[in-house]
Amino acid sequence: MARVVVDPVTRIEGHLRIEAEVDRGAVQDAWSSSTMFRGIEIILKGRDPRDAWAFTQRICGVCTTVHAIASIRAVENAIGASPPANARLLRNLIIGAQAVQDHVIHFYHLHALDWVDIVSALSADPRKTSGLAESISDWPLSSPKYFTGIRDRIKGFVDRGQLGPFANGYWGHPAYRLPPEANLMAVAHYLEALDWQREFIKMHAVLGGKNPHLQSFLVGGMATPVDPNSQAALNMGTIAELKQFVAKARDFVTRVYIPDLLAIASFYKDWAGHGRGVGNYLVYGEYPEDDSANPTLFFPRGIIRGRDLSKVEPFDQSKVTEYVSHSWYQYQAGDGAALHPYNGETTPNYTGPKPPYDLLGLDANTDKKYSWLKSPRYDGEPMEVGPLARMLVAFVSGHARVKELVGAVLKQLNVGPEALFSTLGRVAARGIETQVLAEKMDSWVDALAANMGSGELRIHDNSKWDPSTWPADAMGAGFHEAPRGALGHWVSIHNGEISNYQCVVPSTWNAGPRDAKGRRGPYEEALLATPVADPERPIEILRTVHSFDPCMACGVHVVDAKHREVARVRAV
Amino acid sequence: MSGRRSWLTTELEHRGVSRREFMGFCATMAAALALPDAAVAQIAREIQKTAKPVLVWLEFQDCAGNTESFLRASRPSAAEVVLDMLSLDYHETVMAAAGRQSRDNRDGAVKRGGYIAVVEGSIPTGANGAYCTIGGESALDIARNVCGNAAATIAIGTCATFGGIPAAAPNPTGALGVADAVPGLKNLINLSACPANVENLTALLVYYLTFKRWPPLDHLRRPLFAYGKSIHDNCERRAHYDAGQYVEAWGDEGHRAGYCLYKMGCKGPATFQNCPNVKWNGGTNWPIGCGHPCIGCAEPDFWDRMTPFYQHLTGVPGFGAASNVDTIGALAVLGVGAAFAGHGIIQIMKRVGDKAEPITPKKES
Repeated sequence: MARVVVDPVTRIEGHLRIEAEVDRGAVQDAWSSSTMFRGIEIILKGRDPRDAWAFTQRICGVCTTVHAIASIRAVENAIGASPPANARLLRNLIIGAQAVQDHVIHFYHLHALDWVDIVSALSADPRKTSGLAESISDWPLSSPKYFTGIRDRIKGFVDRGQLGPFANGYWGHPAYRLPPEANLMAVAHYLEALDWQREFIKMHAVLGGKNPHLQSFLVGGMATPVDPNSQAALNMGTIAELKQFVAKARDFVTRVYIPDLLAIASFYKDWAGHGRGVGNYLVYGEYPEDDSANPTLFFPRGIIRGRDLSKVEPFDQSKVTEYVSHSWYQYQAGDGAALHPYNGETTPNYTGPKPPYDLLGLDANTDKKYSWLKSPRYDGEPMEVGPLARMLVAFVSGHARVKELVGAVLKQLNVGPEALFSTLGRVAARGIETQVLAEKMDSWVDALAANMGSGELRIHDNSKWDPSTWPADAMGAGFHEAPRGALGHWVSIHNGEISNYQCVVPSTWNAGPRDAKGRRGPYEEALLATPVADPERPIEILRTVHSFDPCMACGVHVVDAKHREVARVRAV
Repeated sequence: MSGRRSWLTTELEHRGVSRREFMGFCATMAAALALPDAAVAQIAREIQKTAKPVLVWLEFQDCAGNTESFLRASRPSAAEVVLDMLSLDYHETVMAAAGRQSRDNRDGAVKRGGYIAVVEGSIPTGANGAYCTIGGESALDIARNVCGNAAATIAIGTCATFGGIPAAAPNPTGALGVADAVPGLKNLINLSACPANVENLTALLVYYLTFKRWPPLDHLRRPLFAYGKSIHDNCERRAHYDAGQYVEAWGDEGHRAGYCLYKMGCKGPATFQNCPNVKWNGGTNWPIGCGHPCIGCAEPDFWDRMTPFYQHLTGVPGFGAASNVDTIGALAVLGVGAAFAGHGIIQIMKRVGDKAEPITPKKES
């Protein structure tokens, strides 16, 4: 038995610690611990609900749009504001661009180094690399000369002895299985993707002023004016620019990301047998296609339980609850309780070891608290959220393009649908989703242009902007599909001020600890039976954890300080 | 390392950056830093001479927004080269190593010394440091060790500089910026904003590498080249302000025509940063450019002092372009019902009244 600790888990957003019990070359048990807490929901109490999006946006600078979107939707739901069509289209474009960029960055910059050995790339034959690249894609940067340049650049890096961010990786680990030429190709695309993301995300600057932390969100609409006859608004020039961004994204995804994903996956097909997880999938759905109260969603909403691909269950928000039995918080009703977000409460209560510490002191049946994440449950069950959940629900719901691409990927890798419930399945689903979105975004640009042409220039529902138009008490929920999965914000407003605010976040669903019944969270469950060849260099643990794309700052939140007397300096 | 062909020349060639473009970059940097033409050659010479400098980038109570900003460096093209060519020996979001191996990289850099520490995120002082630990160690202990042994420390973003959002009232975790959490650091520079603009980080590093010292700072330890003038002073919509042309409602004619956002709550008059000049994402746009007011994100306690965001400032008319952060400060957000704003005003007035005073730690909770 060996206790393996990975802290910090790197190449993620935020602070995550994994402890795992390893025996007979595999993980026997695992604990997922988030080690950072800020208390943004406590900070939100008493503030103007129209400001909340900017506060919650700072939960995360990586998925820098998601908490803003969920927040404005929650407040709109509470006060009854109805954003016009242009606002919906602008939001869809912003959300879509976020997902596409985030997924590409995840694949190349956060996850690839678990599969790609940079040092092995040094021994690659650039001619063979070129042959490989040209056999999988017609992407023009594929000549032997190009790959020679990349190889020499890494060589210079290594020779200078300053490996920088690549120092001390698990290079040479037996779990790396790509031939040198595939490693070199992947490294070249790692660097290209670094340039690509920087250029593509300028689309966010066009629509939101800047990235990270776009600044064009408004409760009731968007702040970006639309007017074909103004230089100071989104006009036809902007439309052309947006079409260009979308086309370039589609190009890179289709000709680089997807071919790379399939090529790399073909060497790691055994990872379709690892990292199964809890087998329940929750999706709130995303990309409203009309402006009604219950719009059609491009990616549908629903639940799949027990890996049963025969049906999708409708989502009922009253079934969402959170436990704190293993989280550093306490509940008035006792820590075994499960509370709905509207009734949520949080009082931080750190009971872990005093830092510095080596181990959290956990065992299989631990009743200790060990994380700043709570444990969300749906109808009492742990749920996995994210691209895999979305693609499964879309697949079962009959989404034509998703069905087509899932089928094509399974066929190319020569595996059955059960392969989807795995570490590799998460990687593949993220790629499929990116492709579908990259193809879809153009239609939103066209719709925006059509509105401009017809003189439909509204961007905001002014009727509910003034707090005097709101009821004295209002409650609302905002749902969103963040790149990492289902995100919900619940807000209560009293006399124009926030009286309670709660976020139930994708990485809380996925990375949360055990609940009061001792059921593991999705990371913990997915790590079971993961092979670990060398406990000193547990690359396999990183593969499965990274397949979820952890975002820990998002995961940690606090709600409802109503049981806590909060001292505050009052204006005189 | 000390060969005739510098590492820079090699890297530039690999990235297809010509000598001419590189000199153009140096000239832009000289202009950004308000240096005479003669400095261009010096910048070029010094950058090429310098051994690849080591960065140790720490993330504490952060959202990785400054990291993302860092990854967006795109203009001028050589700027990304310069950043790319720093030796980023520790940065949790991008580094290959994990767990113990990653901490070894950090400890190795500290042992060798001579590195620049970059801190992103605030440092919590509550719960004996348990509100943020990495490898079981508290953020405060790590900051003391890594910043305490660094050649210089850059606090990047408003959380690391002034405490930022975790320190917003009621500051549940006792969060502080670096200056307050680790008092007495000698070479500490603050790059505030939420997030900080990567162009200012680039310019700061170039200045440091060229002159081996930091640029002149304001009393909040921010470089004057980036924080010397208010947003309002350089705003592209300033003429509309002067002409009394304001946006009155989202999407109205004035909004579509690019009128001044003052009445919609713009905090540009009380915010000191170079957004209007440098803009964001390679000069693509900036918040006011896309029709939303400035929220004052470069200023201390902006989450308390500049909120509610959509209430307009009072007392703006009447100050001219000569204002700077040391003389302006008593601007207030209208809306006395806002407890947080009131709190912030007291703080800023205190600061303005005593310029020599270091950043005041927030003690309520």
